[in-house]
Amino acid sequence: MPYISKRNRRKEREVQQALNNRLELVKERFTRRDLIKMGLMTTAGVLIPKSGLTHAQVVSSSYGGGGCYNGCDVGCSPQPNAVFVDPLPIPPQLPSRPLSDPGLQFGAPPQQFPNTAINPATGLRYEGRGQFNGTLRPGTDYFQFFTQYPTQKYFVQRMRSNTTFRITSDTNIPAQTIWGFNLGGSDASDVATFPGPTIVTNYQQPWLVRRFNELPTQSQNGGFGVPEMSTHLHNFHSAPESDGGPCRWFFRGQYFDYYHTAQQAGFASTHQPSGDINESLSTLWYHDHRMDHTAENVYKGLAGFQLIFNQFDTGNETTGFRLPSYPQFDIPIILNDKLLDPATGKICFDTFNFKGLLGDIQLANGRFKPFLSVNKRRYRFRVLNGGPSRYYELFLTDPLSPSTVIPFWVIANDDLLPSPIQVTSIRLGVAERYDIIIDFNQVKNLIGSHTKVRLENRLQQDDGQGPSCNIFSGGQGTYCVEFQIGAAVTDGSVDPATHPQFYQLPSIITPRITRNFKFDRDNGQWVINNRFANCNELRFTIQQNSAENWFLSNPRNDWEHPIHTHLEQHRILRRSNNGGRYSSYSGSSSYSRGGCPFGGGGAGISTQYPGVPNVEVSRKDTTRLQGEEDVTTFSRFRDFVGDYPIHCHNTVHEDHAMMLLFQVQPNVIDNNQYP
Amino acid sequence: MGMTRRTWLAAGVTTAVAGTTGLAGITTLIEQDTPSKQGPFNFQDLSPRELIRRRHLPNVELVTQNSERVHFYDDLVKEKRVVIQFMFARCKDICPVITHHLVKVQKLLNGRVGRDIFFYSVTLSPEEDSPQDLKRYARTHGVGPGWTFLTGKPDDILLLRKSLGFFYNDPKEDADRNNHSGMLVVGTEPLMRWTMCQGGAKPEWIATVIQTEMDAPFHGAVDGIRQADPTVNFQNKQAADGRVPAVHVHKQ
Repeated sequence: MPYISKRNRRKEREVQQALNNRLELVKERFTRRDLIKMGLMTTAGVLIPKSGLTHAQVVSSSYGGGGCYNGCDVGCSPQPNAVFVDPLPIPPQLPSRPLSDPGLQFGAPPQQFPNTAINPATGLRYEGRGQFNGTLRPGTDYFQFFTQYPTQKYFVQRMRSNTTFRITSDTNIPAQTIWGFNLGGSDASDVATFPGPTIVTNYQQPWLVRRFNELPTQSQNGGFGVPEMSTHLHNFHSAPESDGGPCRWFFRGQYFDYYHTAQQAGFASTHQPSGDINESLSTLWYHDHRMDHTAENVYKGLAGFQLIFNQFDTGNETTGFRLPSYPQFDIPIILNDKLLDPATGKICFDTFNFKGLLGDIQLANGRFKPFLSVNKRRYRFRVLNGGPSRYYELFLTDPLSPSTVIPFWVIANDDLLPSPIQVTSIRLGVAERYDIIIDFNQVKNLIGSHTKVRLENRLQQDDGQGPSCNIFSGGQGTYCVEFQIGAAVTDGSVDPATHPQFYQLPSIITPRITRNFKFDRDNGQWVINNRFANCNELRFTIQQNSAENWFLSNPRNDWEHPIHTHLEQHRILRRSNNGGRYSSYSGSSSYSRGGCPFGGGGAGISTQYPGVPNVEVSRKDTTRLQGEEDVTTFSRFRDFVGDYPIHCHNTVHEDHAMMLLFQVQPNVIDNNQYP
Repeated sequence: MGMTRRTWLAAGVTTAVAGTTGLAGITTLIEQDTPSKQGPFNFQDLSPRELIRRRHLPNVELVTQNSERVHFYDDLVKEKRVVIQFMFARCKDICPVITHHLVKVQKLLNGRVGRDIFFYSVTLSPEEDSPQDLKRYARTHGVGPGWTFLTGKPDDILLLRKSLGFFYNDPKEDADRNNHSGMLVVGTEPLMRWTMCQGGAKPEWIATVIQTEMDAPFHGAVDGIRQADPTVNFQNKQAADGRVPAVHVHKQ
């Protein structure tokens, strides 16, 4: 059912145009009440259908029903007119470097303990490792297992500003300034891009990335962005000193070495010496994690993919699991929604929004509505929701026949499933990844003489708090990428319909303890178990190499939270998936997210794990906590010691500050069930 | 974009008289000023700092607890490091807790509040909170110097609250004043660095966040250029003993 049943397009357009003048209004000190008095704004909220915007993006503003009242807001962005004419950018692969590379020799070559010598050019320590919330905290900074697993591959990345970045070929839209990662070279010609270069690594080949913070000064941030960096490798089994946690940020002018053992979880505990093959990770991403500033920094461009291959997931479709070959037929896609400032045409970010930020400029790999030429064969797409706050329900749509149902295969939900599952859609909260297989040969058979299908987000979402219950009908949502189907070519990849088996799910054992985490609000502040985020407070201690159940609950029906856990993945054992009717405030249906259980993309609910969709019987690192829902997870906590966060990955909620820190230590028994 | 308040009000009168059909008349006025949704556009070369000022830092007139008239942007925020929160004097639950935390934070900041960091508490109940009420509230809670309590015209307070991000889409949620009393806006205006901090957190942590926000931009230098542009002005006040405030630097 369309969101707007009766529309007076002309009137709405007029109202919209009026609201564009908010800059003037603020200067003239008009209030919203003035506007309503003047008939320029409706009290119920202004809905703005217009060219370039689709139903899914036509929403009441985050300003409480005021369209462009805030300028940098949904419905205000100037729309590029280049739709499906720009090719989908494929991020370059980050080259590895010899240890003799000047970047790796700068200050001192990588070493187990951080290089705390002072760089005379900056007055700062050369390396930022060991700094905790900006000040030195020795003891949690040396690389665990550094000598047992010698580094085999070295990489360098430099975070820089790029002032000539384009989101579209439409020259009416100006070049943008982004902050991003480059290919590691020191030359000025080695510019930062978004997405950052893809880091391709292999299991059992320990790697180290040296990242330089070469960002501009704070006063050159263009309105948002803080040049203090902590680069998190999302979902890798990392030691805390290399995890890129929220409190481990480093300054402009410093570097930070991130070392990874490249072993599967369990390598120093349950499955020595190289870990549990069934804990192999495949699609990861790296992104800034600076406490209180993650949302704006990632929005600014500080994110990229990392892929990890092994003897089964090889990147070669003639070996192992025979998944489509990287890079020709294995393509990462990061989805982001942005806002363009109506006054300047530049990407803008509202740093005063703490509820969640939506955009009306849909990007895929940093490009506005791009296309990809594909052959009639199978492709693996690694689809990532790059945030900051939007949820996606992605379908394949034939734009000439939008009601045609086009199935595809899920092979990974955060990580590889035991076997492919056929679906008609996938649901992604921020930071979730789905690896999907699209067989364009079969798609072509379904769409007949047509040659294009598009990835379409049909989930209605009206504000940054969470999605609605409504799924638009085909063609009424937001198109993200167009696939233009060409000739048939050889396809050596496995056919998901033959039910190939991948990794088994790791076994579930009796947990040592069940802990409870309530994700809530308190006087406008985010809280977990009614307590607040604090870098200096480790809320509970997990006994090293033990297993725990976590009971995650969301008492509110008007907010949704994608909950991300560091260190180890989790399994979802139970989802209430009921959608409550409780409303803390109005109880009005327009603000209720309850009552809309997640259907699992047409693939049904598990018979073994109550309420858990079959596509979520997987290894997860980020789990959506729907309105008034509770979810039970299971995790082991192995190998490393030290501190890690749990947090909401709606990056705006994360920043303000729905987060806690825990630690893993040997021989400590902490039985706090409500930490 | 040269529309004046007078023009707008005139347009409003037209609407009131002509009813719904009067919108067309207004639109004619507006269309001349409004960029279209698809190019070519008439983009302006506005600095991001200026855009933040226009959108989030309205120059509304406020009244302090000492009955002084001040303008929010010009007098309180421009070229300053600030912490802003909302409260109301008769608030029984959350506000006293947050105020109590901030009193401790003020002490932890060791004389910086009023010197190079400024605290502002704005009432959510301008109809009932007089400057004297706010002064009494401040005295009751042991608020130190350099921390200003503010009231003003209800419409101005509403605009200020919403511009700073303290609002909800749900009208009932928005009408609950307690919902706007927990968070602190922490900002360094000339550097366009803004975030929010949880007022319910431990005072030691709030003080750490504030100091980090204020001082990290001055930490170290690269190629002789400090994190913050040296040409950016700060309106700091000299301490009573006449010494110029030093920028706090973390110990190496």
